[in-house]
Amino acid sequence: MTTTQNEQSNRKNSSLKLELSKPAMPKVEPYKQTAKDIALKPDLFLSGHRACAGCGPATVLRLVTKALRGPTIVTQATGCMEIVCSIYPYTSWGLPWLHTAFENVAANASGIEAAVKALGKKGKIKQEHIDVIAIAGDGGTYDIGLQALSGAIERGHDFLFILYDNEGYMNTGIQRSGGTPMGASTTTTPAGKVLPGKMEKKKPLTEIILAHDIEYVATATPYYWKDMMSKVQKGLEVEGSAFLHIFAPCPRGWRTDPSRSMSYSKLSVETCVFPIWEAVNGKRVLSIPSKMYALAPQKKKPVIDYLEGQGRFRHLFKPENKHVIDQIQQATDNHWQKLLKQCETTIR
Amino acid sequence: MSKQQQYHGSGWKNLVMAAVSQKPSTDFLTGDWKTFMPVADFEKCVTCLTCVMLCPEGAARLDSNTGKVYFDLNFCKGCGICAAECPTKAIVMQIPEKDKAEE
Ligand SMILES: Cc1ncc(C[n+]2csc(CCOP(=O)(O)OP(=O)(O)O)c2C)c(N)n1
Ligand code: SF4
Ligand code: SF4
Ligand code: SF4
Ligand SMILES: [Mg+2]
Repeated sequence: MTTTQNEQSNRKNSSLKLELSKPAMPKVEPYKQTAKDIALKPDLFLSGHRACAGCGPATVLRLVTKALRGPTIVTQATGCMEIVCSIYPYTSWGLPWLHTAFENVAANASGIEAAVKALGKKGKIKQEHIDVIAIAGDGGTYDIGLQALSGAIERGHDFLFILYDNEGYMNTGIQRSGGTPMGASTTTTPAGKVLPGKMEKKKPLTEIILAHDIEYVATATPYYWKDMMSKVQKGLEVEGSAFLHIFAPCPRGWRTDPSRSMSYSKLSVETCVFPIWEAVNGKRVLSIPSKMYALAPQKKKPVIDYLEGQGRFRHLFKPENKHVIDQIQQATDNHWQKLLKQCETTIR
Repeated sequence: MSKQQQYHGSGWKNLVMAAVSQKPSTDFLTGDWKTFMPVADFEKCVTCLTCVMLCPEGAARLDSNTGKVYFDLNFCKGCGICAAECPTKAIVMQIPEKDKAEE
């Protein structure tokens, strides 16, 4: 342990205070920046957070903070990412940040946005504009937070909602959520003699959000980091509500090797399990990594490539459960075909 | 005035401040979680920065002076994502020397 103590004292004069008080980043678009510029930009989601090794959502949050355009306030519903960054007395946020309960992060964001407006009108703040970001997991979005989210985007508050979807209530011990996919074993849908994991499909959340007619809705995953960051930027530029659904592998809850988190992020797109697209004013366009499989369908990988190696799907490889894999393939194909139709006019 | 009244009796302006985490998490080192550490072979590295982008810890970084990537072992948790995703297989995961000695 002596090394750690030495390291700790070495870091006494850490540059962190500087990082925290750095002025807001200049308004530049990350998708027009080089990778080098992005790499040299300081993370405002700081090292030393307590997420598991290989945590996909942690990569997501780091990159989100590199895509900001100016003064930003972040509010987070409880869940893994809120816990790991706020263990007292430490914070991993180099930004103004507010914790909130599990169910109401969108209501919180509405309040922040309204307060900022009111303070601006009274001349009590100097900033011309402050971006507001709400972050929640799939539990806090698909399930308990949906009512607050629907209300906030119906009222049209100017904020970006970021859902990091790790497909389960991970922080409380891997329970199923509306975002858990069919066939996954969780502690509340345990695979065994009775059931081969969760039997219901993933809730079509983005369709529900799209039905609210908001200006910007997109899906992304961190392996395609440039695409993801440009979507964060576009979501912030919208004057009104924007929604970003980010698929983020969780090695603890998925029972996968920590080193494979980003390869599952990639496979989710290659197998069309999680196609990435964006919809501006309801007009849906496939993003380039997914568009590849629309143009060259023969390159699309079978879902089995994605299921393999994930402990939560391990039982599906037993002979008696093989039909579930077929069902998953079928459901994935149906979903993909439907999406292709919705994007039809934009694919060439 | 009771504590209760003091806190809640006279409007939101008098509410006490909630708990505030005031120390940066960079004061909390997570480097000792790891079993394996990443080591880069600069003969193979093409500075594509994939490792810098995908590391969940922000431990894979680009050194602005040397223009090379490095790993901050104070925070690296040894997940191996950088090694798995490096397109030129420039990173290998190794047992740190000091742990080898303990074996
Ligand atoms: C009203 C309420 N119910 C239950 C909890 C306990 N709880 C805290 S985090 C969590 C799960 C969060 O799941 P998700 O939003 O998917 O985030 P993840 O932990 O997977 O990142 C639960 C059930 C709570 N904090 N509040
Ligand atoms: S349980 Fe999953 S989401 Fe939560 S910190 Fe661990 S890897 Fe990340
Ligand atoms: S991923 Fe590999 S090639 Fe790319 S910067 Fe890192 S070490 Fe170098
Ligand atoms: S092993 Fe994991 S934590 Fe360490 S530098 Fe590589 S990606 Fe980052
Ligand atoms: Mg979750």
